Amino acid sequence: MVFKDRVSLEAKVAELKKSMPKRKVLVCGGLGCLAKGAQRVFDLLVERLETEKLSWTVEKIEETPHHPVKTGCMGLCEAGPLVMIEPQGILYLRVKPEDVEEIIEETLKKGVIVERLVYQEEKNGRKELWPLMKDVPFYRKQVKVVLRNCGSIDPESLDEYLSRDGYLALAKVITEMSPDDVIGEITKSGLRGRGGGGFPTGRKWQFARVVKADKKYIICNGDEGDPGAFMDRSVMEGDPHSVVEGMAIAGYAIGAQEGYIYVRAEYPLAVRRLKKAIEEARAAGLLGQNILGTSFSFDIIIREGAGAFVCGEETALIASIEGKRGMPNPRPPYPANRGLWGKPTVINNVETLANVPAIILRGAEWFRSFGTLTSPGTKTFALAGKVKNTGLVEVPMGITIRELVFDIGGGIQNDRAFKAVQVGGPSGGCLTEKHLDLPIDYDSLCGAGAIMGSGGLIVLDEDTCIVEVARFFMNFTQNESCGKCVPCREGTKHMLNLLQKVVDGKASMEDVELLEKTAVVVKDASLCGLGKTAPNPVLTTLRYFRDEYVDHVLHRVCPAHVCQAMKEYFIDPEKCRSCGKCARVCPVSCISGRPKVPYVIDQNQCIKCGSCFEACPFDAIVISWRRKNHE
Amino acid sequence: MEGVSQEVALGRSFEKVNAILKKHAYNPSNLVGILQEVQEEYRYLPEEILTYIATALGVSPAYVYGVATFYAQFSLKPKGKNIIRVCDGTACHVKGSSAVLKYVREYLGLREGEETTPDLLFTVETVACIGACALAPAMMVNDDVYGLLDEEKVKEILERYEEGREGADGV
Ligand SMILES: Cc1cc2nc3c(=O)[nH]c(=O)nc-3n(C[C@H](O)[C@H](O)[C@H](O)COP(=O)(O)O)c2cc1C
Ligand code: FES
Repeated sequence: MVFKDRVSLEAKVAELKKSMPKRKVLVCGGLGCLAKGAQRVFDLLVERLETEKLSWTVEKIEETPHHPVKTGCMGLCEAGPLVMIEPQGILYLRVKPEDVEEIIEETLKKGVIVERLVYQEEKNGRKELWPLMKDVPFYRKQVKVVLRNCGSIDPESLDEYLSRDGYLALAKVITEMSPDDVIGEITKSGLRGRGGGGFPTGRKWQFARVVKADKKYIICNGDEGDPGAFMDRSVMEGDPHSVVEGMAIAGYAIGAQEGYIYVRAEYPLAVRRLKKAIEEARAAGLLGQNILGTSFSFDIIIREGAGAFVCGEETALIASIEGKRGMPNPRPPYPANRGLWGKPTVINNVETLANVPAIILRGAEWFRSFGTLTSPGTKTFALAGKVKNTGLVEVPMGITIRELVFDIGGGIQNDRAFKAVQVGGPSGGCLTEKHLDLPIDYDSLCGAGAIMGSGGLIVLDEDTCIVEVARFFMNFTQNESCGKCVPCREGTKHMLNLLQKVVDGKASMEDVELLEKTAVVVKDASLCGLGKTAPNPVLTTLRYFRDEYVDHVLHRVCPAHVCQAMKEYFIDPEKCRSCGKCARVCPVSCISGRPKVPYVIDQNQCIKCGSCFEACPFDAIVISWRRKNHE
Repeated sequence: MEGVSQEVALGRSFEKVNAILKKHAYNPSNLVGILQEVQEEYRYLPEEILTYIATALGVSPAYVYGVATFYAQFSLKPKGKNIIRVCDGTACHVKGSSAVLKYVREYLGLREGEETTPDLLFTVETVACIGACALAPAMMVNDDVYGLLDEEKVKEILERYEEGREGADGV
């Protein structure tokens, strides 16, 4: 149906709310669960419920049949495939196709919980069961604003979005608020850009609003370049209409009639779902000409990225949409003045925009009730790395790293020791144990040398080498540096070389000093945010883990046992039968020996290729990690 | 073979390219999208097509070449039928993605510097995060995502795609 005015939309929303099936079986359709076989579980549920329905109608047990929906990510990816049963809110983990029968027989028919599929927690030697989703530790401390619909509606259904008050915020905005009112409300809410910079969204809109121009644009930044983050993906895949609605509201506020969503090339599912959402919204009169019978017109075009990290930077993104090489340009002029095709343009992150409808509907005060004074609201994080529960989380700003890693994340895998968290990806930094009680908000993280970034949060344990992590990020930024400005192009290359030397055990302390100096120059002198932040991983690791650099350089020791160059190969004289196989395969001929005498490896020449290790038929080759002399 | 007949067709006509250009209204600002569709069609960007596109859009070949070489997604060399993208994002990296890459390359028998198997069945690339960090280490084969990989799993997965090899040879 086409909504001609606000009244008809509101009537439909009210009707949908009543008629939406309350009994639902939700199968998580997030990537994590799909990769673990959620589709089979889903198909089987649909099939079994189809057949069962017949007998039910005879017995008249069900009035509304259970209704399986494939949802977006529910977050606890590690324990997928996840199945939730509403209205009770029961959560089942690691559901296999063979469990479907029991779920139907026990839970759906009799309301009995299948205990073996429920979340279990070991506490003081006692097992605790948490059958309800809201009680599971992973969800207990979370607050869902951005992810309000992710995981609980079918992202491919407009009706389901509408049943959650969808598009009512847009309706309210265009029928009873002036653009200044909208900007005022967003400013009052204190919403800050979730794309990394944390710039106040209301102010950004105001800049673009006051510029006079025949055309303006709003761009949604769905490039999500941080290599280890998937929040924006989950929103685009799990609740695409919220992004569409947020964009339309932003468009109304600044006076734009056209919007672009720029999505990463690696996210084909997000593109498909956004396309569908836009088409459905258009068909319902919620996008296009004269939305809900008002004078406001707005439409959205999707552009797919082509694999370049720098295109997440706003000026580069604009160049990319214009069909050019995605290279950044100096600011000013800011996009709010001269952006896409020279017109005033607002660029906002996916998550920023998904917050907007909620703020409009529930008010700035409500939004400010979460988070801190200077960073109100919530933030989504992609929790990954060496933590027990990995997945998508949304927490109020100001939560401590400890709560995030230990309470929600469940602590470190395999009970290893916590070493650091990497926040903000290649632009961010590593924080240590002493920062565990640091509140997560824009200003605290900045003060510690990291950044909020888009929300990638990777937990590192004692088996992760910090220097190698710094090298990893530098390798990434060096690859992605677009080459336009010298400090970034050359600086990242040199920093990478120096880090490689450290990892290879060939660096001197002067190299480390040079690394630090170069980092400072690149940070100060680069053109865009990529170069300006590329040294952060180096600078924070040098600041908090200097000892580890020193170990690599002075002692040729890798405390985490990661850097191959710090390995040593020995031949166990007891086991060696002097067959000579190792000497024959050694590519640098550094193994010598005679019949009847155990062979020996010349440590100075060994390149640690491992060939001898593989060749020895008697397991006589021993690998050991170098240790500090005094140990 | 499919690849060869495409090559032959290429020499004679630019029909498919024309259709793509037309769909994009010969608008140079759609260049990235045009190249994406062309690559989808031919699995890479043949040089003569780049020149052809430049002429059709009224921009210089250098401009088109510049855009084509800027983005990691575009390849000027023929790619394999199956694209394997081994994730080397942060989460995967700390969980051992280098080993996964090694297994894949070993399995396919790729030599150093080689990315595509000589029979054009597989191309291996690394990407930074495919958004499956919770399943690290992960990889994508075409549009399918596989997670929690180890040597055995990699072998199992690749074997499945390899079965297509016989089929392709038989035709
Ligand atoms: C190298 C680089 C990469 C960036 N990548 C992204 C990204 O992937 N997603 C994003 O939303 N913002 C990214 N940004 C930030 C954007 O330039 C921009 O500040 C942001 O999209 C603005 O939206 P917001 O105000 O809603 O945060 C990146 C910035 C730089 C310098
Ligand atoms: S880091 Fe590999 S999927 Fe994100």
